[in-house]
Amino acid sequence: MNNNQDAGIHRLVVVSAGASDPSSTRMLADRVAERVSALAAQRESSVQVRFIDLRELATEVSAALVSGLTGPKLRGAIAAIGDADGLIAATPVYKAGPSGLFTSFFQVLDDDLLIATPVVLAATAGTARHALVVDEQMRSLFAYLRATVVPTSLFAATEDWADPAFAQRIDRAARELVLLVESGFAQQVRDEAWDSYQHEFDSAADDEVSVDLDSDMMRLATGGSAS
Amino acid sequence: MQFGIFSVSDITRDPVSGQTPSEAERIDAVVQIAQKAEEVGLDVFAIGEHHNPPFFSSAPTTLLGYVAGTTKRLILSTATTLITTNDPVRIAEEYSMLQHLSKGRMDLMLGRGNTAPVYPWFGQDIRQGLPLALENYNLLHRLWREDVVDWKGKFRTPLQGFTSIPRPLDCVPPFVWHGSIRTPEIAEQAAYYGDGFFANNIFWPKEHYIRLIRFYRQRFAHYGHGTEAEAIVGLGGQAYIARNSQDAKREFRPYFDEAPVYGHGPTMEDFMDSTPLSVGSPQEVIDKTLTFREYFGDYQRQLFLVDHAGLPLKTVLNQLELLGAEVVPVLRKEIAARQDPQTPEAPTHASLVAAAYGDQAPRQARPNANRGDNVTGTSPYQDSAPEAVATYPSL
Repeated sequence: MNNNQDAGIHRLVVVSAGASDPSSTRMLADRVAERVSALAAQRESSVQVRFIDLRELATEVSAALVSGLTGPKLRGAIAAIGDADGLIAATPVYKAGPSGLFTSFFQVLDDDLLIATPVVLAATAGTARHALVVDEQMRSLFAYLRATVVPTSLFAATEDWADPAFAQRIDRAARELVLLVESGFAQQVRDEAWDSYQHEFDSAADDEVSVDLDSDMMRLATGGSAS
Repeated sequence: MQFGIFSVSDITRDPVSGQTPSEAERIDAVVQIAQKAEEVGLDVFAIGEHHNPPFFSSAPTTLLGYVAGTTKRLILSTATTLITTNDPVRIAEEYSMLQHLSKGRMDLMLGRGNTAPVYPWFGQDIRQGLPLALENYNLLHRLWREDVVDWKGKFRTPLQGFTSIPRPLDCVPPFVWHGSIRTPEIAEQAAYYGDGFFANNIFWPKEHYIRLIRFYRQRFAHYGHGTEAEAIVGLGGQAYIARNSQDAKREFRPYFDEAPVYGHGPTMEDFMDSTPLSVGSPQEVIDKTLTFREYFGDYQRQLFLVDHAGLPLKTVLNQLELLGAEVVPVLRKEIAARQDPQTPEAPTHASLVAAAYGDQAPRQARPNANRGDNVTGTSPYQDSAPEAVATYPSL
């Protein structure tokens, strides 16, 4: 929950589930990240970008799903995301849905890791028929995580790469992200309303031992009957 | 510091031989394992509680009563006794009986149980698991300390003029450990009553438990039971030992890879890096176990899981030989040399009797005469406090 906004440096984390190296998904994520950096520079702030290629975490993500064990690379990724001021999340579309690796990764995160964090969602596919995957499948996942998804979703089928209109959409999404990050919205939500969201003890999003001692369950722990 | 073993009572196919033991074979085996634990010099044997296959331990006090009758020194315990789906009245009665028969060589560890279908089989609902556990223990705590209990709660039929029999041995309740993985309310309850706190410590990286144990220690001190360092902490652990590291890894790997819960997931090496599992020579197991107190503070009880994942009886007995002969004696010596000299021992029946009575003889409960209707009237025992008056429900 730290924030470098005072120093004018925003931490941007780019999560890509692209399978090849280099992948078109990663290329799309890079383009958004570059645009975010450029826009921030114009506005006299700067962005520190960290890339997380999920293909490198694939075995740790699957181990975490079946055993709850979080490996060292996955722990590093979780720490980076927890500290991020903004996130770009990009995936290829497989069988009419986001990559299973992408979905699995976000499923093993603590529910409260991304509360209010501004996010750009992006997907790539071989055909325009998958265009609604971002809005109909990815957006609901991030709604569950209570992240702040920017209004413009990015989707690139093969034909979009050469389309100037796509560059414009990238620019739009990047600007939305920059403005949300600069506004300090996420930090303010967390400062003012953190306790009003559900948390689990020892979640990766929680820096402190912040146990609410003033609850019905805590009172029941010290004698008496449930009401 | 106490050392022992805990068993979850799984009946698992041996992935090397392909054989699955029968319930009869596994129950015979666990008795031999418990007896062996005493023979090799361990202090504690603890058994889990389950109510569905592939487990066998549905009636822990029956098993522990038998083991108590065939051992001399071993402390019998549980890992865990279900405080949610068991009626706290039955827990009070059964464990008090075990306490008498074992002459105080017992304690118990309470847990909620995370197998959802078990709850409705006993008329409960896992979604109410936490309040159920907390309320049930509040009642259990009173049943062992008050001759006559009037009680009304949310989850069980009310009690009026109820006396749980037999009264605990020497009228000193069994020591209770509360087991929890990530529930601060359970740590709070353990701290409030000055009970022990046990972290199973098996499945997750250690960082996970460090904060919960720290919270328990802080709250233990807050409630005036002693300093944070005097809180009573137990830890699980998991080891497979062979003369040398290569043999240990080669022998245990097929069992690790097929183990319920974590099998088919991380590699054994990754799991060893980030959990308390040690697979190696006696020295490697000693070195890893010695790190636990650096993370969690000095503690009172270390239990190892050794009889799971289909390991055959012969192997488990051999593990116990190695544990008892080459690992635990060194651990006792090394820990004694390293730990804060103020570190308390785990409470035993003898220490609890001494704390309660000093030089006085312990109270022995002698009932008043049967009034003729199978009750003793308004006062259950000859020396019951006058204010402890039983008022029975009228029909």
